[in-house]
Amino acid sequence: MAAINTDILQIALFLALLLFLAVPLGRYMARVFSGERTFLDPVLKPLERLIYRLAGVSDGREMNWREYAATLLVFNFLGMVAVYLIQRLQGVLPFNPQHFSAVPPDLAFNTAASFMTNTNWQAYSGESTMSYFTQMAALTVQNFLSAATGIAVVVALTRGLARRSAKTIGNFWEDLTRSILWVLLPLSLLFALVLVSQGVIQNLSPYLTVTTLEGGRQTLAMGPVASQEAIKLLGTNGGGFFNANSAHPFENPTPLTNLLEMLAIFVIPAGLTITYGRMVGNHRQGTVILAAMLLLFVLALGVVYGSEHYGNPTLRALGVSGPTAMEGKEVRFGIANSSLFATVTTAASCGAVNAMHDSLTPLGGLIPMLQMMLGEVVFGGVGSGLYGMLVFVILTVFIVGLMVGRTPEYLGKKIETREMKMATLAVLIPAATILLGSGLAAATRAGTASILNPGPHGLSEILYAFASGAGNNGSAFAGLNANTPFYNIALGLAMLIGRFGVILPVLAIAGSMAAKKAVPPGPGTFQTTSLLFTGLLAAVVLIVGALTFLPALALGPVVEQLLMLAGKAF
Amino acid sequence: MTRKLLTTARMLVVMTVLTGILYPLAVTGLAQMFFPRQAGGSLIARDGQPVGSALIGQSFMGPGYFHGRPSVAGKDGYDAAASSGSNLGPTSKELVATVAKRLAAVRTVNGLPAGAPVPADLVTASASGLDPDISPEAAYLQVPRVARARNLPEDKVRSLVERNITGRQLGILGEPRVNVLKLNLELDKLSR
Repeated sequence: MAAINTDILQIALFLALLLFLAVPLGRYMARVFSGERTFLDPVLKPLERLIYRLAGVSDGREMNWREYAATLLVFNFLGMVAVYLIQRLQGVLPFNPQHFSAVPPDLAFNTAASFMTNTNWQAYSGESTMSYFTQMAALTVQNFLSAATGIAVVVALTRGLARRSAKTIGNFWEDLTRSILWVLLPLSLLFALVLVSQGVIQNLSPYLTVTTLEGGRQTLAMGPVASQEAIKLLGTNGGGFFNANSAHPFENPTPLTNLLEMLAIFVIPAGLTITYGRMVGNHRQGTVILAAMLLLFVLALGVVYGSEHYGNPTLRALGVSGPTAMEGKEVRFGIANSSLFATVTTAASCGAVNAMHDSLTPLGGLIPMLQMMLGEVVFGGVGSGLYGMLVFVILTVFIVGLMVGRTPEYLGKKIETREMKMATLAVLIPAATILLGSGLAAATRAGTASILNPGPHGLSEILYAFASGAGNNGSAFAGLNANTPFYNIALGLAMLIGRFGVILPVLAIAGSMAAKKAVPPGPGTFQTTSLLFTGLLAAVVLIVGALTFLPALALGPVVEQLLMLAGKAF
Repeated sequence: MTRKLLTTARMLVVMTVLTGILYPLAVTGLAQMFFPRQAGGSLIARDGQPVGSALIGQSFMGPGYFHGRPSVAGKDGYDAAASSGSNLGPTSKELVATVAKRLAAVRTVNGLPAGAPVPADLVTASASGLDPDISPEAAYLQVPRVARARNLPEDKVRSLVERNITGRQLGILGEPRVNVLKLNLELDKLSR
């Protein structure tokens, strides 16, 4: 009982610290993206001007949504090409003390798509595949750029909703550069050093071989880990330096780093709801969304923690004492911090893991899967979480409008056919990608040959992979051997479709909403600042997700839980 | 059009230099300056020779050392250049059989009767395969065996375990645990 109390206390502390940090960060980001003055300006303004000059950007000129989207697409795909080429050429590039050779083409494509789309799905083991140069100049760079892209899109959408009769939604270069200089880079620098102080390594040395106490030999992988770790979490990227990701003691050595890593995942997505409220001129518009996220998060966490705490009755029957669900978990984190991390990382589109999700109890694994299927709108990825949630806001307003028989409006603007089409696309494209992709994999030899765990868990491994890919999460039921041409290509495409199949409709909504006139609220206007709206929004997210995915989930984790309770194994 | 493409390429190069070269090198420099021990892997030396990292578990098989968790990293476990968990699912027959085998082994080497309860961390593979810790219960279970193998009184070994328990960080975070490598180093000191 004492253990449960400590567990709940740790969870409460996490949530309290999150809100404590997110509110000031959100206000600060509102200043950054509204072009107001901040305390970092004396240092960063000259740097910003230097970057524009070096890149040849004539700053200031605003773009319409098509121009914004085109610039974003070209920049992202060029970045993807760069990541691909660096992997292919790493054998002849510097900072490669382990002499790793070129990454094979299908894996290099998968990794390039993965890091550019903020997914960070990893079909490779970092410590035996990637040179330090690739980790820094390819992967760390995309950690920054994909996160900044997400922030840029949500800022553009926010402007689109806030502006009236406007043609433009901002300048992509400016939003990207300011995200990096004012938000991601300073936070990463600070966080990286805190991580090192706790034991996360940061060096460029070759791997070190020692003679152990019993006279054996152990080779310790080294590398510039902390710098990548910091942005991996702050940017909700999730790609580990090492195969074991944040379960590796060199990535996440102490319970304190674990707490800070979870906070780093959530702080920008949570802060952006505050930023949003400020930028649309009514902070309650942001806090109702934050409240809906918190509500959904606590529900999800309750299921994961409850299921992991209950554990595995089959092992208990053999005489295993204490928390039975310790397969794939670390002692320093235990049940509570592993459950919390798993819920956080899949609510956000992070995908870092401090426990192996494939070994979670069936219901404990269902929730991460479901959260990714819901579109990772519970806090979600940096930027992508909030713009995904705003799509659900539009859906909610529309559904409410249908119920009372009035034209739906949001922030004083009418929601019309075009916005509804785009919002529907943004929900349907990832959902269809998950289900069709999983269906294809489950029906082909190329798909099923990669399964590690037979029985219903095998289907879960496939579902999880496509949910993670299309949702741009990147965590895995890692027993699935994903480094095959089939999965490298199929999941690479799923990541691209899942990323830009949402970004483009969202930018289209930004463009069409910006152009609209606002009408003053009348007596029949539905208030989107009430607790009632929070409840409706959370319900719409759950209902849309449940209607789409329940049949698939029933065949995977749900049936597996029932079979586990009946003592069945495969 | 070409001008725009050129701008895009230049922006990518500038950002790559800033976030992919300057930033990690700056962190490396600052880390080496302020936290050189941690940045280098928190190495532990004995008689001037590094014997491992305080953060990375290593393999212990002999009866005179405390054993860590089962590891599936690399071919023989505890390969610190191949971190990995087993990824076995909760309804995997392989998991059940492996745990049963480990249970039998733990009971045999520690002289426990069949069916005696064994803490989960001693029979389940960790997530990283490099878990440096075991639970205090798992350490206490091994005290009689280690004491016998080293010809030490049991209560001396038991109090050594007690002294090596790391409590929750800041009094609240994480789980109480014992670092196996550090404990075994202390044990060697005790026997000398």
